[in-house]
Amino acid sequence: MTLRFRQPGVLPGFGLTLGFTLGYLGLLVLIPLAIAFLRVFQLSWDEFWQIVTAPRVVASYRLTFGAAFLAALVNSGFGLIVAWVLARYRFPGKRLVDALVDLPFALPTAVAGITLTMLYSGNGWIGQYLKSLGIKVAFTPLGVIVALVFISLPFVVRTVQPVLEDLEAEVEEAAASLGANRWQTFRRIIFPAIRPALLTGFTLAFARAIGEYGSVIFIAGNLPMVSEITPLLIVSKLEQYDYSGATAVAVVMLVISFVLLLLINLLQRWSRTRQV
Amino acid sequence: MHGSPNHNPVSTIATEPAIIRGSLIALALTFLTLFLFVPLVAVFYEALRKGVAVYTAAITDPYALDAIRLTLLSTAFAVPLNMLFGIAAAWAIAKFEFYGKSVLITLIDLPFAVSPVIAGLIYVLLFGAQGWLGPWLTEHDIKIIFAVPGIVLATVFVTVPFIARELIPLMQAQGIEEEEAALVLGASGWLTFWRITLPNIKWGLLYGVVLCTARAMGEFGAVSVVSGHIRGLTNTLPLHVEILYNEYQFAAAFACASLLTLLALVMLALKTLIERQTARQRQIPASEETP
Repeated sequence: MTLRFRQPGVLPGFGLTLGFTLGYLGLLVLIPLAIAFLRVFQLSWDEFWQIVTAPRVVASYRLTFGAAFLAALVNSGFGLIVAWVLARYRFPGKRLVDALVDLPFALPTAVAGITLTMLYSGNGWIGQYLKSLGIKVAFTPLGVIVALVFISLPFVVRTVQPVLEDLEAEVEEAAASLGANRWQTFRRIIFPAIRPALLTGFTLAFARAIGEYGSVIFIAGNLPMVSEITPLLIVSKLEQYDYSGATAVAVVMLVISFVLLLLINLLQRWSRTRQV
Repeated sequence: MHGSPNHNPVSTIATEPAIIRGSLIALALTFLTLFLFVPLVAVFYEALRKGVAVYTAAITDPYALDAIRLTLLSTAFAVPLNMLFGIAAAWAIAKFEFYGKSVLITLIDLPFAVSPVIAGLIYVLLFGAQGWLGPWLTEHDIKIIFAVPGIVLATVFVTVPFIARELIPLMQAQGIEEEEAALVLGASGWLTFWRITLPNIKWGLLYGVVLCTARAMGEFGAVSVVSGHIRGLTNTLPLHVEILYNEYQFAAAFACASLLTLLALVMLALKTLIERQTARQRQIPASEETP
C-alpha cells in the first residue's frame, strides 16, 4: 500500500519550499512558543492557578477583555456605517477617506498612544469638551476603550465593504418591487448577506484589541486593579524578573488567542460558503 | 483588495431617501474625524508647535539618529526574510496539494494572534540570561536579548504573515497552467519562477512588502520587551518616542512621532496606488473579452 503525501505533478521545488517554510516557522514561531508552554509545566497546577487567578490579574483580564469587547462593538456599529457609506454613496473626498481608513494599520501604536492621550486629556482638544460634560477619558478605563477603538477601526470596514460592493442590485430591486420598504430590505436581504463578514470583522478587531500594548499604556494611566491591561501586567512581571508569573499569564492569553484564531478561520469558511 | 469603483448604480427604488443618506455620511465622517483625522493633524501640530528649530533639533539629535538607524536596520532584516518566506510558503501551498495544508495556513497566521508583548517574552525565555539557551550564550559571549539581534528577531516575528498572506490566495487563484507550460517547453524551474511566476505575483508581492514595512517600522510591544531601552544602542524610533514622552519632552516626542506618521502616510499612499493598479489590471482582460 502506498500512501501519497502529495499529488504528483511536473512542478519542481515542493521539497525545497515546504522544507524552508516549515523550518522558518518552526525556528522563529513554533519552538519559541512551545518553550513558553514548557516553562509553565515546571509550575505545579496549584502554583499556576494561584498566579493566573490573583485578584490583580483577574482585574486585568476584566479590563482587557471588557474594553476589547466594547471597542469591537463600537467598531462594528460605526464600521458598518463607514463601509456602507464608502460602498454605496458618493461624496467629495471619498477616495481620500477610503485610503485613510487604513491609517491605524500603518501608524505605529506608540504614536497613536501619545496622540490620543494628548487629545483626550483634561486640557486636550477633545478632552476639554468632554471634561465640561463631566467625562474623564485619559487615565481611566474609558481611555483604554478609546485607544482600542482606534487600533481596531479598519477591521470591520475592510471585511464588510467588499461584500456590500459585490451585492447584486437586482435582489434589492426585486424586494422593493415586491413591496418591501427600505428597512425591510436591509433587515431581510442585506443584513443576512453581510452578517458573516460583520462577525469576522468583529472577531478580528476583538483579537487584535486584547493583545494591544503600545497605544494603551500611554492613555490608560496603568493603575493596578483599575486601568492595568494584561499585556502590561506581563511586562511588569518580567521587569521584576518574575519569569514564571509572566509566562503563566502569557499562556492564558495565548490559549484564548488560539481559540479566537480558530473561530476566525471557521467564520471565514462560513462566509465563503455563504457567498457562493 | 478592493477599491474598485462602484460601477453598478443602484436604481432609485433600491436606495435610501436623501435625508438618510446625508445623515449616514455625516455620522461616518464625524466618527472618522474624531478617531482618525483629528489625531493625524494633532501629531504634526504638536510636533511643530514649538517652532521649526526645536523640530529639527529633535530629529537630528544623535540618539534620535541612532534610533532611526536601528529601525531601518531591523526593517531591512524583517522585510527580505519574510519576503523569502512568503514566496516559499505560497509556492508550496498554492502549487501543490498535500495533507495538513489548512493547518499550515493557520500556523502562518499565528503571529497575528499573539500579543506583541508575548512575542517579546518568548524570546526572553529562549535567549535571556535565565532562558533555555542563556547559559550557553553567556559562555560564548553572545548577546541577543537587550541587544540588536533580539530587536531584529522580535521584528521578524511580528511581521511573518504579512507577505505570505497576500501571496497565498493570489497564487492559488492563478493556478499552475502557465508554469506547467513553461516546464513542458523545456524551461528550468528557476527560469520558470523568474519569467512566469514572479511577473504574475509582482503587485501582490509589492503590496505585502508595503504592509510588512509599515508594521516592521512601527513595532513597539515586542521590541520594547527585548530591548532594555539602552539609548544609542537598542532604541528604535518608536521606543525613542516613548522615552522622550515619559521625560515630558513633548515637542521632541511628537517630532519623532511625526517622522513615523509621515512614513505611515507614504505606505498608505503606496498601498492605495497598488490597489488602483491591480483593480485596473483586473478590468482590462474583462473588457477585452466582450466584443
